[in-house]
Formats: sequence, C-alpha cells, structure tokens
Amino acid sequence: MSNELEFLSRYVAKGKMSRRDFLGRAAALGVTATAANALLAGAARAAGPVKGGVMKVGMSGGESTNSLDPATYASQTPFMNGKQWGDTLVEVATDGGITPRLATEVGSSDDAREWTFKIRPDVTFHNGKSLTADDVLATMERHSGEDTKSGALGIMRGIENMKVDGDNFVVTLKEANADLPYLMADYHLIIQPGGGKDAPDAGIGTGPYKMKVNEPGVRHVYEKNADYWDSSRGHADQVEIVVINDDTARIAALQSGQVHMIDRVPPKVVSLVQRAPNVEVKTAPGRGHYVFIMHCNAAPFDNNDLRLALKYAMNRQEMVDKILFGHGSVGNDIPINGAYPLFTALEQREYDPDKAAFHFKKSGHDGPVLLRTADGSFPGAVDASQLFQQSAAKAGITIDVKREPNDGYWSEVWNKQPFCTSYWGGRPTQDQMYSTAYLSTADWNDTKFFNETFDKMLFAARAELDQAKRKQIYTDMATILHNEGGLICPMFNDWIEAISTDVGGWNQNANQTMMDGLAPIVCWLNA
Amino acid sequence: MSSLLTLVAQRLALGILLLFAVSIVIFAGTQILPGDVAQSILGQSATPEALANLRRDLGLNDPAHIRYLNWLGGLLTGDLGTALSNGADIGKSIGRRLYNTLFLASVAAVVSVPLAILLGLLAVRYRNRWPDKLISAATLASISLPEFFIGYVLIYFVAVQLGWFPSVATVYDSMSFWQRLSAVALPAATLTLVVLAHMMRMTRAAILNVMQSAYIETAELKGLSGFDIIRKHAFPNAVAPIVNVVMLNLAYLVVGVVVVEVIFVYPGMGQYLVDHVAKRDVPVVQACGLIFAAFYIGLNLVADIVAIVSNPRLRHPK
Repeated sequence: MSNELEFLSRYVAKGKMSRRDFLGRAAALGVTATAANALLAGAARAAGPVKGGVMKVGMSGGESTNSLDPATYASQTPFMNGKQWGDTLVEVATDGGITPRLATEVGSSDDAREWTFKIRPDVTFHNGKSLTADDVLATMERHSGEDTKSGALGIMRGIENMKVDGDNFVVTLKEANADLPYLMADYHLIIQPGGGKDAPDAGIGTGPYKMKVNEPGVRHVYEKNADYWDSSRGHADQVEIVVINDDTARIAALQSGQVHMIDRVPPKVVSLVQRAPNVEVKTAPGRGHYVFIMHCNAAPFDNNDLRLALKYAMNRQEMVDKILFGHGSVGNDIPINGAYPLFTALEQREYDPDKAAFHFKKSGHDGPVLLRTADGSFPGAVDASQLFQQSAAKAGITIDVKREPNDGYWSEVWNKQPFCTSYWGGRPTQDQMYSTAYLSTADWNDTKFFNETFDKMLFAARAELDQAKRKQIYTDMATILHNEGGLICPMFNDWIEAISTDVGGWNQNANQTMMDGLAPIVCWLNA
Repeated sequence: MSSLLTLVAQRLALGILLLFAVSIVIFAGTQILPGDVAQSILGQSATPEALANLRRDLGLNDPAHIRYLNWLGGLLTGDLGTALSNGADIGKSIGRRLYNTLFLASVAAVVSVPLAILLGLLAVRYRNRWPDKLISAATLASISLPEFFIGYVLIYFVAVQLGWFPSVATVYDSMSFWQRLSAVALPAATLTLVVLAHMMRMTRAAILNVMQSAYIETAELKGLSGFDIIRKHAFPNAVAPIVNVVMLNLAYLVVGVVVVEVIFVYPGMGQYLVDHVAKRDVPVVQACGLIFAAFYIGLNLVADIVAIVSNPRLRHPK
C-alpha cells in the first residue's frame, strides 16, 4: 500500500497527477490526510537536486580501442566521456539557442565574419592551471592544423585566422557565417590546457568531473571536480560509465539496478521495458534520420524522374510504424525537421504507387534497381529495405536488395555505391547539415548532389543575419532538395533512453544522445 | 625419461613453428578484409585529409611484408608494439585482459572439470538406470542450447528476478577476490553448462569402453564393488581420452568465449580482439591470435604428455 502511495506521490511531484486525486486515493487506502500531505511534501522536496551518490551509466558504442583524445571521438561512449571531463566554449540549448559555457559572451562583427568569444575568468583545469584565451587558441589550432586527424576538421576549415586579444578569443572567417557559435559547440572542441598538444588523451579539462579510471571498452570512472565553476551541474560524487554494447545486457543491467541510466533502447522492446516497475523510458525527437541515398550523377539515378519514382514508392508511415515502432516521425526527403531552428514544413510527400509508376515509366528505365544495405547502416535497415521493396513492387518497380557486410560498409559501400541505406545523426543547424552533406564540394555529399543555385543559396543564407530572410532561403533550398535531390528520407528517429526511477532532473534535450551527454551531470540520484 | 624430454622438445619446436605459420595466416587474413585501418578508426565521419594524415602516421603506406617483418622483429625482442587505433601499449592492455580471461576460465574449469568427471563416473556406475539418463539428458540439453540463450536465461532469473548475482560482470583492479568471484558467477555458470556435457559424455564413453575389457570382468568376479572397479581399474586406463577432451574444453574456455563476454560485459580477451579486428588493428590482432594459438598448442601438448605418461606402453617405446 505505502509503495503505491509513494509511487503516486512522485507522480504528483512531476505534475502527472493532481493533488486532489492523490488525496482521494490516499483516503481510499485508509491513510489520513495529514500523513498523505507529509508524503507529498517529501516527494516535492525530492524534486530538487540531491547531492552525492555514484551515478552509473550503461552506454553502448564503447570499444577497447577508444582514446580520451577528443579529436578521435566518433561514437557514444567517447562522446559521453568528453562531456564529463571537459567543456566547450558554448553549448546548444534545448530550445536550439546558444548557451555560454567557457565563453561568457559571444559577439560578431556586422558582416558575421569576425567573431569574439570572451573567455570565462577564474576557471581552472583539473591540473591546477588557469584557463586562458591561449588555451582556447591552442585547442582550436590542434583541431584545424594541416596534419590533424580531428573529426572537427571539416567544420574548422572555414576559418581564415584565429588570435588572442586579452581575454578574448577572436576568429576571422573566410566567408561570413551567422552560425559560427554552433560550430564551436561541437563535442570535439573541448578546451584542453595548452590545447592538449602535449597530451591529447590525458582527459584533463575544466569539466564537472575529473577522470579517475580510464579502461577503454570497459568502464570510465569520474569523481566530482569540487572547484567546478557551475554549481548547477555535477550533483553525484562520482560518475561511472560502464560500456555495455549488448542491448539485452544493457537493459538487464538497468532492471537489476546495476546502472541508473542507459542509452539506446531498441524501439521494439520499449513497451516491454516500460512495464518494469523501477524503470522509465525517455524519448526525445531528434534530428537523426535514416536515409536511402541515390547518387544524382550515376545511372540510372541521374534521371530525376527515376528519383521521384522511388521517392513516391516509399511508404514513410509504414517505416515509422514498423521499423521505429512509432518512436519517430515521417521524413519528407529533406534532412531537416522541426527540431531545427528556422524550419518551414513543406507539403508532405505521401506514398503514391500511381505517381511512382508514372515517373518510372517517364524515366524510361527498364529492369530492376539495385539497393545495397547492411544491418549496421541503421537499426532495422534490412527490414526497411524489404518493406521498400514491397511498396515499390506495387508501383511496378523491382528493387533488388543486396545485403552487404557491416564490416567495411562505411568505406566500401556508403558514399561509393550509387544506391544504399545509411543514417545521419543530424547537426545543430540547417547550415551545418547542408554544408556537411548537400553542398557540391562537401566530402560527404553522399547523394552526389551538384546544384549551383543550391550552393549559392546556402552561402547567402549563411551570411544573412536577418532571420526572416534566412528562413525563406532555407525553405527554397528545402524545396529544391525535396524535388530534385537524391535523398529519400523516410523517417526521423527519436532518441530512446531509459532511467531508473531513482534518477531525478531528466529533461528533454534532443541535441545528442543522453540529453546531449549531460544526463549524468545534470541529473541526480534521489536518496 | 630422456625419450620423454626429447619428445617434449620436439613438440615445443613444432609448436613454435606453428605459431609463425599462424602469424602469417592472421596477417594475410587482415589484409584481405575490406576497408582499411584509417577508415575503420575514423569511422563514417572521416575527412579525406584526416584519412591521409592517419595513414601516413600509421605507416600504412609501407608494403605489407615490410609491416609484417617490422612487427615480427619487435615481437622477438619482447615488444608487442602499440595499438594503431588508440596508441595504447599492447603488452600492458593484453596483460590485464589475459588475466581476466584466465580468471574466468579458471573459475569455470575448477567447477566444471571435477563436476563433469564426477557426473561421468556416476553415469557409468548407474549406467542405463535413471541417474545416468537424468545426467545425460540434463547436460545434453544444456549443450544444445546456444550459450547466449543460457546467458540471458540466467540474467533474467538470477540477476533481474532474484538479484543474487550481478548481470554485468565488469571486473577491475580495486576489486577483492570475493567481489571478483561474485562478478563472474553468472558467466562462469554459463560456461560450465556449455562445456559440461562434452567432458561428461567423453568420461562416460571412455570408461564404458574400458569396462568391456577382460580384466574388469576379473575384478567383478573377485568381488570388488562397482565404484572401486571404476576408480582403481577403469579410470586410470581411460585417463588419456578424458584429458584430451578436458584440454580441448579448457582451450575453448580461454579462446572461445567472446559471446559470453559480450553478454556479461566481461573485459576479457575475446571482446578486446573483436574490437581491434573491427578497427583493422593488425598488431593487436596478431598478438591476440598468437596468444590464443599458444594456448591451444600448449594445452594440446599437455594432453599429449599426460597421455604418454599415463600409458606405460607409450612411456617405454620399443
């Protein structure tokens, strides 16, 4: 009985149940109003941050080959690690705005070419050194030098010059970019003492937790940085990241109470996990999307009618229902959705076998279309390819599905073969997403989409500080891509994570997995 | 006795030769995998510049045989080199992983070997009666189920429902021996169930084979009890095949447990190897492959020697 009431009192504290309902329920269970009110007060008190404890996180995407060097981060566990021990200049807020972190102020010249970041005073690194603008400069240099291997190199390329001016870090761009702060929020760009040039993988930064144990592919232990400059973060005494790559093992670890939060709950087991009494599933609509990509410059996909035929042959709602089990939203053949700032919804392209057959006939293409896929290209990719095969068959289009090995998929198939399945994690801004994968000169232009007008519009939008005008340009660009691009985007996937009911402070932050990696720092353990 | 030493020396030399052959095979194998190290390390988000820089730094522009010889030279001087993927010292990383693997294998072996032999003996003593049938049915059932299934069943009932042992078997340096033992309880139990049947059936079959002999009949006729006959007369003569199968299973416990490691998140050699194969980290793959091969060869050597020692006819060849 008391268990039930405690459970319900948490519901009231979260606003999921009214106080009156709760008292009614308590009375029905024979509890006096005074006792019930005391219980409620307890639950409400527990709603504030609780200090202490060891926050244990079960993460996928960790390997014994991982390094703590932020330049090498390419999967979830290293990304999480960086968030524990380091800080970036700025962060992308939950509403898509910019939150100052190690930079207290961000300003730009009127033409958006020169950007000034004022560096936060009185911040010390874990090794006792004070943070200066020189450290910031050195960090940025390490990620942008000619011989860097940094995953952030792509976004650093637009920089013409960087310098230190007193407490300010000043960036001059080759071309105007109104989105530079978003680039600086990239998770690779963790500020390290001396730029991490001497010891890139030391794990020494300014973050809320100090690295204590680093066993790549096994676990990473962090202890609270008592001198952290932001008291609203870092509630637990320790954070322990345990690498659990197996989905079932990760869920079992959460259910048996060995960890407090896990990432990546597979969509098809969400309803089962939800049934467990001590576990809550959290979903957040993100920018990540699963794609079927055609090379616009390779036969037979160099024919726009064939591309349109395949676009109309995609049953997007079925994909969301059967591949994501409803934990996502339909795509519209552009890589952008409502999670991006300055987004305008275009008219939704629906599954239409008649139109597909019409365009297929008009394209003059004869015979089957070869689609390559692999399990690892996105979860459920092989199933999705078969569904697509079925829906296209109804339009008279034959798709041959060729299953490729996961191993080597990114080097041998993706960006090389003319039609394959893939995924994108999304970027914080439209500019970044388009420049990464749809600009003619982009390395990962994985649809080989070469459109001069589109490129020009992208640069124009980048330099445009008037938001209304920018929004209009982005709408026009989306329209071009929607009608002419090589991208079939059937769905945007939600982030699906699960936490123990002992965890408080969870909020919806869809920038990246696990509340943008901040879950162990922002959340706390209810005692 | 000297003939025994010669034999051991011969086998050892052969083993080392075999290890060289294995290293070449593994190297060749890693060469024909699709993709390259740099691409695999940097993943989907690799820029061409980053790829080129990494390839140069890793010495991937050298021809394959030069890379192989460089590595071999390091190995012969006791240097396993550093991992291509994260720059960690291979010897140090492997040392810890190998210790974990051997710990789990030992726990599983300490439980499963005596248990299998005891069950085998019991099955022979009560052959074709219900204890024999029960033992055979139970062990055959457990070997017929895939190990990941047994693992998940144990996790569900023992870890999630009962909460007796942890489902995540992560072990680390600061753990005491008993904490480690508790952590590996479930993976060790899974492995025990997987290897039990093989050893048990072999024990049973080998002893039953001996039981057909004339001298066993003599022992029966002179009035020895059933268990005494097995212990004193049948078992010593059946030791060779039993040791053989025990060694094979021990080798399996060291080199073949990657599935169990993944399910229980155990930081052993298997997971370590798979991670590095995925990254085309040739030096690590070579090192792991050699260690695994060394274990296989070494354990088989032990089996051979035990067979010879236990059999006077082999001990004193004409």
